[in-house]
Amino acid sequence: MYEWGRRRIKYESELDPAFCQTLIEKTGNDSIRNCIQCGTCSSTCPVSLYMDFTPRRLVAMAREGFHDEVLHSFTPWICASCYSCTVECPKEVKITETMYAIKQMAMDKGVHPARFPVPVLAREFYHQVKANGRTNEGRLITQLFLKTNPFKLIKQSKIGMKLFFSGRLDVIPQKIKNITQLRTLLKAVNGNGGGRAHS
Amino acid sequence: MTYLYYPGCSLKGTGKAYDESLLAVMKKLGVEQQEIDDWNCCGATAYMAVDQDRAYALASRNLALAEAQGRPNGKPVEVLTPCNACYLVLLKAQKRLEEDALGKRKLAGALESAGLNYEGKVSVRHPLDIFVNELGLDALKEKTVNPLNGLKVACYYGCQIVRPYSTFDDQYDPVAMDQVLEAMGAETLKWPLKTRCCGGSMTGTIPEVGMRLSFIILKEAKKRGADVIATACPLCQFNLECYQNEMREEFGEAVDIPVVYFSQLMGKAMGLSDRELGMQRLFVPFAVPAASK
Amino acid sequence: MSNNGNGRTNGSPRIGVYICHCGINIAAKVDVERVTRFAETLPGVVVSKEYKFMCSDPGQELIQKDIREHDLNRIVVASCSPLMHEETFRKATANAGLNPFYFQMANIREHVSWVTKDKDLGTEKAKALVAGAVRRVSLHQALEKKRVDVHPDVLIVGGGIAGIHAALTIANSGRKVLLVEREPTIGGHMAMFDKTFPTLDCAACILTPKMSQVKDHPNITLWSYSEVTKVDGFAGNFTIQVTRKPRYVNEDECVGCMLCIDSCVYKQARVDDEFNQGLSKRKPIYIPFPQATPPVVVIDPETCMQLSKGKCKQLCAEACEKHAIDFNQKEEVIEVQAGAIILATGFKTFNPMRIPEYGYGRYLNVYTSLEVERLVNASGPTGGEVVLRDGSKPKSIAIIHCVGSRDHKTNKYCSRVCCMYSLKLAHLMKERSNAEVYNFYIDMRTPGKGYEEFYDKLLEEGTHFIRGRVAEVTDWALTDAEEGKMIVRVEDTLVGMPRRIPVDMVILSVGLEAQPDADDVRRLFGVSCSKQGWFTERHPKLAPVSTATDGVFLAGACQGPKDIPDTVAQAGAAAAEALAMIDKGFVELEPNTAFIDEEVCSGCKSCIPMCPYTAIKRDDEKKVAVINEALCKGCGTCVATCPSGAAQQNLFLDEQIYEEIEGVLNYV
Repeated sequence: MYEWGRRRIKYESELDPAFCQTLIEKTGNDSIRNCIQCGTCSSTCPVSLYMDFTPRRLVAMAREGFHDEVLHSFTPWICASCYSCTVECPKEVKITETMYAIKQMAMDKGVHPARFPVPVLAREFYHQVKANGRTNEGRLITQLFLKTNPFKLIKQSKIGMKLFFSGRLDVIPQKIKNITQLRTLLKAVNGNGGGRAHS
Repeated sequence: MTYLYYPGCSLKGTGKAYDESLLAVMKKLGVEQQEIDDWNCCGATAYMAVDQDRAYALASRNLALAEAQGRPNGKPVEVLTPCNACYLVLLKAQKRLEEDALGKRKLAGALESAGLNYEGKVSVRHPLDIFVNELGLDALKEKTVNPLNGLKVACYYGCQIVRPYSTFDDQYDPVAMDQVLEAMGAETLKWPLKTRCCGGSMTGTIPEVGMRLSFIILKEAKKRGADVIATACPLCQFNLECYQNEMREEFGEAVDIPVVYFSQLMGKAMGLSDRELGMQRLFVPFAVPAASK
Repeated sequence: MSNNGNGRTNGSPRIGVYICHCGINIAAKVDVERVTRFAETLPGVVVSKEYKFMCSDPGQELIQKDIREHDLNRIVVASCSPLMHEETFRKATANAGLNPFYFQMANIREHVSWVTKDKDLGTEKAKALVAGAVRRVSLHQALEKKRVDVHPDVLIVGGGIAGIHAALTIANSGRKVLLVEREPTIGGHMAMFDKTFPTLDCAACILTPKMSQVKDHPNITLWSYSEVTKVDGFAGNFTIQVTRKPRYVNEDECVGCMLCIDSCVYKQARVDDEFNQGLSKRKPIYIPFPQATPPVVVIDPETCMQLSKGKCKQLCAEACEKHAIDFNQKEEVIEVQAGAIILATGFKTFNPMRIPEYGYGRYLNVYTSLEVERLVNASGPTGGEVVLRDGSKPKSIAIIHCVGSRDHKTNKYCSRVCCMYSLKLAHLMKERSNAEVYNFYIDMRTPGKGYEEFYDKLLEEGTHFIRGRVAEVTDWALTDAEEGKMIVRVEDTLVGMPRRIPVDMVILSVGLEAQPDADDVRRLFGVSCSKQGWFTERHPKLAPVSTATDGVFLAGACQGPKDIPDTVAQAGAAAAEALAMIDKGFVELEPNTAFIDEEVCSGCKSCIPMCPYTAIKRDDEKKVAVINEALCKGCGTCVATCPSGAAQQNLFLDEQIYEEIEGVLNYV
């Protein structure tokens, strides 16, 4: 929001000229260079109305090296991966994949919005899979609220109870038999997002 | 053809009724299936946000397991994936293994060190694809004993079975589910929100946003006179069904409408019992209205 | 000529090699100096030089000076494509007293520098090509160009504004023109428009006088409802087959009184009217529009009772005082001659059904821009009143730009005219309906005389301009104001916020596409086209109306999207080019004809049926094949066919080709 006396200008020295290239390497394709800023992504996006920057603006900022703004933005965390933008884009920009890449970069650098539930859920999900090979929705949600907003847990408990009584909530997490194999596999991947997204 | 069934985590939890009804329907239709032994989580959208390469590795293990399990019968291996998110993640992993030489090398190496191997012989199919394109609508008509006459269904496809890839249906206006349910006597709605996002995991993370997305879909289906919404994804079904009370509180407008799996409606038309179809698990009870028989 | 005879008997070849930098076009990817030094070492090479621009006057003089000073008898220039400058260097060679065919060109620009990233690799490839050219030129022979008279008539294909303007220009110079149009009338798309941008003069008012001039001009023969079905020959002497479709009305008799239409057994018109884009109906017997040219009715055989069912009271024929109606009319195939051809086959508009998001065909009140042209036209289906398909009058109108343009899923290119015609439609809609008008654009493109001023005018008129490509036209309402309306979902990119704008009418500014049969047409006339189907000009800047086929010229949108001013300018240019060729009176042909080595020919006759120009006969006395040089077009088919190698082609002798290949391979 507007603050009295805060300057609204960007000096070239504040930009990261390599940022776009880093993002391109992370995404695995250079399609964001094709963007003509038409806004189709933002208008087809079902959640752009909740973003701090529309996807179009995020692409514009990423291309020009607005490193801090892009990595601190809520926009990628609001993205629900519905792929509408990717499908509708007239220039075939892989926007959803770009959002994934920004999320990974923000996580790697630890600059993702703190206590914001989406990255917390992502982390929790990651750990559950590593532990059991499968995820348990009940635990995911419980952990999520414990780590972000315990009050919401109480609010959500009604649904939880209903799920439990209709047999839709497993209390004991399922675990795969060959978890060692899975862990070996995950360990063997030279990972942490250095790879390339595809769509 | 015996399909290798990949239910995914949600079908063992909140989406149990999808699992139950789909298996019951397939059995009745004579579609043989076998669950992939010791399958793991596909990684979904959450994992992809943390670590892309490992996300692909997760999916690839399932493909490798399926191939190993299905190959001995000498036929091409087809993995049946009812969950939208699993469907897309497996497809994405497959594309990466097929089209990206570097990605393939990385994954193949990792699979090998875990004692796995994937040759790329698996095709990933959605049950709707099987019903329409393998079994055919005539076979479905034949098995219909209680046609869904007069029932107005809003078919809701969700995102990830049509986007970003359109493998078996029109991307903008998919029709497979409509065709299946129409073949079984139902009337389906022409409406523009068939593939609009339900909010995905956001109903959990940012409920104000997630619920609003689901609310828009429910409201529009109701406004257009739907008796029930049919879904093909466990998360869509959960979002659309389970938050209806909360939505009423949040938005001050009742949007009570049953939300079921398309396979549950198929089962009803085929004369299967409510138990077999997991109907008791619904938050908003649904029964085919008498008038529609 | 100081050096005569052929290469073999003319003593040893004294070759000059000239390597061009072409500025940095070649020099950036080819080490010209290294190639030049390499060429010096090749057998027969007397001098080898480099120069910044070989095609420049000093460059040419350099060659000529060397020919004289070093007594050169063969010249090789390594530079651009022969299409660009072969003629230049042949002339330079001839001006120094050598036969121009003692020259060979190596293409190290299009074939090397423009397609090579690595300079070392580029240099190596250039050396190989130069080595090949040097070996080849040693075997070149002195040849003479052939002159052929030019037929003075011009064929123009397509009767839109491009074809009309070109026809009138040529006819006014005193030359004869045959104008062939496949529709029942000339006028093309322009005849459908209401007003024209940026001056807003009425399209019909400026077009129809030209249409009647075409009809009345003594030098123009107009064949409407006809198509060119075969083209033979070459520049200056084309033989063209035109198929005239039966219109079931005798064109010479019909006076366009339209009594026949009134008396048709169909009392109500019930066939979609093509000219009005299906917004109104016509009868099976009809005239496309009142000023149609020729003013002759036409019967559509698919819906006419007599022609489709063979049974009708034939009231139309009865009503015709001139007895012009003839149900027995048959298709006619006529052969004509022409010296030059102008293609002016136009464009088609993009079919927006291909973008289902925009709701065309799903929502009643979504229109294409072409439909709206008819809707606002005083002679259109509503008499110019803006009334929607559901009978209502719109209070708010969305105009969506770039529909089928700038989009990888449909057409990548900008259609160039849509911004301006959208502005025009915005003005007209506001004027006629007083509705709120919203323009949704990606970039506003108004380069042209008076165009930006027109944009200014629209801004002043209070039209909304929202910069953003529309994602969707839909009908799910979120607010009361949206109920019952179509909703345009867009990001207002200048504000940076998504918006939903409810409207009563949507106009899709559809882009321009090549005609669906552009590929057939280009084959027919031997011209090339781009991937999108637009006919390719010989050079994008310096030969914009010529094609790779001599004597065939382009005018208007068949070459690429363009507006009326540009189309007319191009039509004038095409007419001038055609006239220049005809008025010269002759064309020079490449001496690339085939000949038979009678010693080797076994008289097997294999070549005779293969020749597409029936230029080969068998001399039964000598028992050998004989090629009529006047008929031979140098296609080389007989050369490839001949089992004994007796058929040979000038400029492409087997030994020349082998020598060139060996030169390249030896180096590699």
